[in-house]
Formats: sequence, C-alpha cells, structure tokens
Amino acid sequence: MDSFFIITSLLKIIGILFVVILPMVSYAVYAERRVSAFIQDRLGPNRVGPAGLFQPIADMFKLLLKEDFTPRAANTFYYWLAPCLAVMPAIITIAVVPFGSTLFGVPMVIADVNVGILFVFAIASLGVYGIVIGGWASNSKYPFLGGIRSSAQMLSYELSLGLAVVPVFMVVGNLQLTSVVRYQIAHGWFIAAFVGDWINPWKWLLAVPMIISFFVFMIAIFAETNRLPFDLPEAEQELAGGYNTEFSSMKFALYFLGEYAAMITGSAVVVTLFFGGWHFPGIPDGSHGWIFGLINIAVFFTKVTVVIFFFMWIRWTLPRFRYDQLMRLGWLFFFEIALVNIFLVAAILPFIRP
Amino acid sequence: MSPFLFWVFALLTLIFGATVVVNRNPVASALSLVVSFLGLAALFMSLDAFFVGIIQVLVYAGAVMVLFLFIIMLLNLQAEARRQINWLAAAGGTGVAVVLLVQICFVIRHIRAAQQTFPPLANPTTDDVRNIGAALFSNYNLPFQIVGVLVLVATIGVVLLSRREPR
Repeated sequence: MDSFFIITSLLKIIGILFVVILPMVSYAVYAERRVSAFIQDRLGPNRVGPAGLFQPIADMFKLLLKEDFTPRAANTFYYWLAPCLAVMPAIITIAVVPFGSTLFGVPMVIADVNVGILFVFAIASLGVYGIVIGGWASNSKYPFLGGIRSSAQMLSYELSLGLAVVPVFMVVGNLQLTSVVRYQIAHGWFIAAFVGDWINPWKWLLAVPMIISFFVFMIAIFAETNRLPFDLPEAEQELAGGYNTEFSSMKFALYFLGEYAAMITGSAVVVTLFFGGWHFPGIPDGSHGWIFGLINIAVFFTKVTVVIFFFMWIRWTLPRFRYDQLMRLGWLFFFEIALVNIFLVAAILPFIRP
Repeated sequence: MSPFLFWVFALLTLIFGATVVVNRNPVASALSLVVSFLGLAALFMSLDAFFVGIIQVLVYAGAVMVLFLFIIMLLNLQAEARRQINWLAAAGGTGVAVVLLVQICFVIRHIRAAQQTFPPLANPTTDDVRNIGAALFSNYNLPFQIVGVLVLVATIGVVLLSRREPR
C-alpha cells in the first residue's frame, strides 16, 4: 500500500464528498421545490439570488440557527446518534460506484471491491437503523409508528431489490461494478440490450427481462429511499411527519441530508447498472487524454441528475399508497416478478454467450 | 492488514459482545450486537474473505437484527430493565464462558496448524464469490440441497403455526 494510492484515494473521497455529493444534496432540495412548483403551476423559491439559486445557503443558515430542542422524555444518547446513523450509510455506498473512467491513469472509483453490489446492499440496509432508532428514542407515538413502518418496509423491499439485479449479474458473470460498466460498453446498455447488435434476435429477447428487472429495481429503490409513493414512514397526513417529528435544527437537517444522499446514491447505482455508467456512445475513456476523463465524470453525473429528476417527477405525480397495499405489492407482486425474471434470463443466456 | 487494525476490530467485537450481555436495555443490547457483527465482518475482510464479510453485514446486521429490533420495540420490554440480577445465573454463565475460553486456548496450543501463520494468498484479487459458488454447487451440492429443504420445512412450519384457525 504505497503513498500514491493513499493520496489519490483521499483526494477522490474529499472530491466526491465535498465537491459533488454535498452540493448536489443541497441543490437537490432546491430542485425538488422548483420542480414541484413547476408541476403544480407555481413559481417556487425565486427570491434569494438569481432565480433563487442561493436558496440552499439561506436554508442552511436557517437550520443551523434554529433552536436545537431535545424533548424531555427522549433517550438523549440515541436521540443524538440517530440522525448520524441516517446520513452515514447513504454516503458510504458511493465508495464502490465507478463515477468516471480514469483521470491521469487513476481509476475513478474509490474502492473497486469484487463484491461491489453486495456492498451497496449491505451498507444501504444499515440505513434503516437511523430511522428506527430516531423513532424509538424520541419516545413519542407518531415517530415510533414511523420507525416501525420503516423497518417492515425496508425488509420487504430489500428482497425484490436484491432479486431484481440478479439478471444483470448473470449476464455479466461478476459482481464488480466496474466490470458491469465494462460489459455495457462492449455489449450495449442493459436498458436497451439490443443496441449495437440489431440483427441478433436473442439480444432483443434479452431486453424484455432487463426492462422488467429495471422497473422492479427502480420501484424497490423508491421504497428503500422512502420516497413518495412509498414514503409511509413519514406520511404527513397520518403520522405528522413520522420519525423526524421530534427533531429540530441540525438534527432535522441531517435526516433531510440522509434522505437526499440516499436518493443520489440510489440514482448512481441505477445509472451504473442499467444506463452504462460513465459511458456515452462516441466519447472515448480517460486513457485518450485527461479531458475525456473529465467528460466521462460529467456524463455520469448528468445521467444521475436525470434519474433524480425522474424521482421528483414521480413524487409530485403519484399519490401515496396505503400501508397494506405497499406490503401486498412488495410480497405478492414484485418478489414473484423478480424471481420469475431470473429464470427467464437463465433460459435466454445460453443463446447469448458464444 | 496491519496488526493494529486487527486489534482494533477484535477489541470492538469483544467489547460490544460483552455489552450485549451487560446492558439492561434490550434495544441497547441489540444495537451492541450490530456493532459486534460489524467488527466481525471487518475481521473476515482482513482475511480477504470479502464475500463472507459482506454477507455477515447484509444478513445479520442488515436483516436479522432489524427484525430483532422490530420485535423488541413492538413488545416494549420495560420489565427487563427493572429485573433483579440473578447472581447464581450470572456466575454460572461466566463459568461456562471461562471453560470455553480455556478449551480454545488448549486446542490452539496442541494443534500444529493453529500455530503457523498462513502464507499470503497467491492472487490477492481472487474472485471469492465465484469460488464459493463453484464449491457449493459442485463438491457440496448434496449438503447444500439438504440445507435448502431444511429451510423450506422451517418456512412451511412457520406459515402453518402462524395461520389463524378458521372459526
């Protein structure tokens, strides 16, 4: 383990966290308000700075300067711990996602482990503790109900989440996320598996289970990140805000940060698995010059932004499910669809591999 | 992996394992067990067993313990925190733990394989997911299938037991 590796890794971590993820989170909140306003035919925040672009900074000061109130009945240690637990997993998962090709010969992924996607699922599944502990430590009815709902929901949808990506890895033959991207560059993106191989009927057939897999994965990601139509843990009309009701000031901001960071990492995983990662047809990788390396990174985050916009679009279009509907959907439909999908891919696979 | 990191994670695993037993609050005990599992996963990864380490986090810390917490919170076990300590049971438990520790030390001292350090892996980037899969579905296929049937029987049993009797 030489010092060059340590320095480049530190630079990558600091760069991705402070230059990309955290600004992206604050502007995702701003974008969410503008997009919702656009969809509902309103204006949204447009007062602070040009077109309201400085709104996140004003929001941050407001949240920092608010009174940090701890309810008397709360369990203080866990009350402080919970918001941190909500943020950390969402940020850690970005470590294994390849966000670019290479820059000056350094691969643009923080940790290229050979169990890539399992790492994402394992760390993402720890995210539920922040919500459950937050709801329990507040020692109040509605946050508690939110925490209970959250744990049941996450357990149910983790199954379909895991099963939905199995077809992708059956085709690639490897769990490493960089090799998923490499496969897609050579054989076409998984969302449209037939691109580049138009006359092969088996590739057209493969596109069917891949698109099913994409939809199941996308819906499960919505449930995992507690986004509408699956935001039952914080359903405002029933639970007065759910697990974060008793939190104020910076602790509330941390919950917000965690939710949006989870959304960004979820989008990054979707882009990596189904939309070819940092690849765009016609643009070479970073070995042809550092300018292409930068373009690859820009392409990746542009795709992530598009997926985030899709998240917001859904949120302001669809109404929320009822809790029993959510459980029925997870256990009776998505789980079975994902399972059958695996057999479908297994049947097609022998005709694709030469 | 440096010895320093080994000691950090080994101590983490042991200390939080002890707090699982010592803590009077069931939720605190469950959370200590989660941290202990994370330390154990880190130890697996230090042996280049990434797959086993990650599965440890995914299955135990991510799913089993969430279910534990779910049940503890739903039952709201307040009585446990107020109960008197049964000193006889505590002494018995400590005794069993000490006997186990002595046994382990004895075995390690008398088996030659336990005393040598393992040579480093020939290829540090081995695909352990592929290796485990190949081993499970070739050499150990029959035991694997039997375990599968066993789990299926348990699942069906749970469904049968939790079914409401039609009135």
